Amino acid sequence: MASVQDIAIPDSAARVAQAAENLPEVQDERMALNMGPSHPATHGVLRIVLELDGEIITKADPDVGYLHRGDEKIAENMTYTQFIPYTDRLDYLAPLANNVAYALAVEKLLGIHDKLPPRCQYIRVMVAELARISAHLLGLGAFAMDMGAVTVFLLSFTEREKIYNLAEAICGARFTTSYTRVGGVMRDLPPGWLDQCQKFCEEFIPALNEFETLLTRNRIWVDRVRELAVISRADAIDYGLSGPNLRGSGVEWDLRKNQPYLCYPELEFDIPLGSVGDCYDRYLVRMEEMRQSVRILEQCIRKIPGGADNQSKEPVNVDNGKIFLPPKQKVMTKMEELIHQFMLVTEGMNCPPGEIYFGHENPKGELGFYIHSKGGGVPYRLKIRAPSFVNLSIIPKIFPGCMVSDTVAILGSLDFVMGECDR
Amino acid sequence: MGNLIFEKVTALEAAKKFKAKFGDLISEPLEFRSETSVQLADAVKIVEVCRYAKNDLDFNYLVDISSLDNYGDDPRWTVVYHLRGLRHGCELRIKTDVGEEKSELPSVIGVWATANWHEREIYDMMGIRFSGHPDLRRILMWEGYPYFPLRKDFPLAGKPSELPGVAFTKLTPMEGGPFVTVAGGYSAQSREPRIRIPETDSIETMGRLERRKEIQEAHGHPKGPGPIEKK
Repeated sequence: MASVQDIAIPDSAARVAQAAENLPEVQDERMALNMGPSHPATHGVLRIVLELDGEIITKADPDVGYLHRGDEKIAENMTYTQFIPYTDRLDYLAPLANNVAYALAVEKLLGIHDKLPPRCQYIRVMVAELARISAHLLGLGAFAMDMGAVTVFLLSFTEREKIYNLAEAICGARFTTSYTRVGGVMRDLPPGWLDQCQKFCEEFIPALNEFETLLTRNRIWVDRVRELAVISRADAIDYGLSGPNLRGSGVEWDLRKNQPYLCYPELEFDIPLGSVGDCYDRYLVRMEEMRQSVRILEQCIRKIPGGADNQSKEPVNVDNGKIFLPPKQKVMTKMEELIHQFMLVTEGMNCPPGEIYFGHENPKGELGFYIHSKGGGVPYRLKIRAPSFVNLSIIPKIFPGCMVSDTVAILGSLDFVMGECDR
Repeated sequence: MGNLIFEKVTALEAAKKFKAKFGDLISEPLEFRSETSVQLADAVKIVEVCRYAKNDLDFNYLVDISSLDNYGDDPRWTVVYHLRGLRHGCELRIKTDVGEEKSELPSVIGVWATANWHEREIYDMMGIRFSGHPDLRRILMWEGYPYFPLRKDFPLAGKPSELPGVAFTKLTPMEGGPFVTVAGGYSAQSREPRIRIPETDSIETMGRLERRKEIQEAHGHPKGPGPIEKK
């Protein structure tokens, strides 16, 4: 892995002073500019109140909450399984990854997170990595479009379309997948899915190379994003950044490596790191993460137990009628399974009292669930640690000293989703 | 930062060090699903404990702060800090209880900057205040919202509350100028300055024009052409 080192970054306040020196005359009058909540570059409903001195931002105050739906309150009023569809709507660009994260959190509470069948683990890793590619593609496309490169947006949507088709094939829904269940997945992979996924991987790398030719060495792109909104390592840690934003600042932390879950220890992949911590680094980290995700996908396709058609009948769910719904055939014919089905549907699985926190490496960063259980099928408290919420809290720190036109680049490079931020 | 050498710690060892340093303030570590939690007896000491965790035990990353409403119990609130050291990879949970009549504990914003938004969220959702927080405003709900929705005595269906009637609470600096919405008009039509005046001019529209003229005069704007006279 590449070596990392601390670098000296001029303070934001120094940047303002430096910029002010170069101006012939700086008026003392500050202007308040309201950006959003419905602004194309705020990718949802984020409002930022900017205080400007000429074209230089002197203060930024983000205003979030326009998409607040009270997910945590809702979770306290339903069983663990019933909350799965709500997780689709957190980071709605990567619903599959949210499903995996939530299922793993509840499984950790139940104490079965390391007893999942291997085929289930591989399936979950594959869908989570597909979600990562899909989310990064949208983030990249929107970022590039805000910078004026509309072509990238269109091309990246062509690739995302294929991922949506893959999602549709496994669970019937393209967007709100709700694919995982506590203790497994909704159903096994359909016939031909692995071939379809392999085909996607093969086509995706050339497409990604094409995006690189459009952006990575593009003079306009590089001029606009390099050395912009530099986040030092210390700041990134202090502000609790996670995901590509943290690694873009050169902090080597990826939950898939540092706190491995599912079958990630059996897979080979690298964690890309930035060296400067500017918008360009965050862009490069995301590009490389997509390549690594394809690498993971290809390994999974090769190594998945049971192979494409699962002739050896590898299980995809835990064999425990008190956690996972028994097959319908047995419910109709056997007494015990009927009781399990009845109990699971009416009361939910019986979780032990206790509290757990599980953090999942989502495309946007660490999606964490803190579950406080008093026993029974309903959480007493479910706190969602949303990466976008935490990542946005650094805006008041990095915006001052930048130009108004830089805001769209910085927001694009932070890559957030308001559905998750506001919950 | 880099020249300090931290010994490799596990969460349990870290919890024991806490115990050695703070004595009875810190409870025995509790293990569940290979996660370690300790309970801090006095919430006022939270900053001291967190600073020790960061500086001496190298828990440099605050993952999350969450809150619990132990409705019906005393003390009513529990605030949960989830700490992590990125260098040693250990995680530790610190919990502390806060009574309902006080509902306040010190802010740890001076230890980790990320605490800012987490504490604002807890204030917004549970109504627990953080003393020393520089900007303790609501974050997800709007300013002026009267309830704390994550409390157990707040119903899932919500309670009716007043929404701000107009999006603007005070005069915009350029009110009365061209392309600036006039706040407080009776309808969208009467607020919208760019609207064309139809042949059949309604009373409402006239009211708008008069109001606009008043504002313009008050702001010392040059007199415009005025409403189109009906022929």
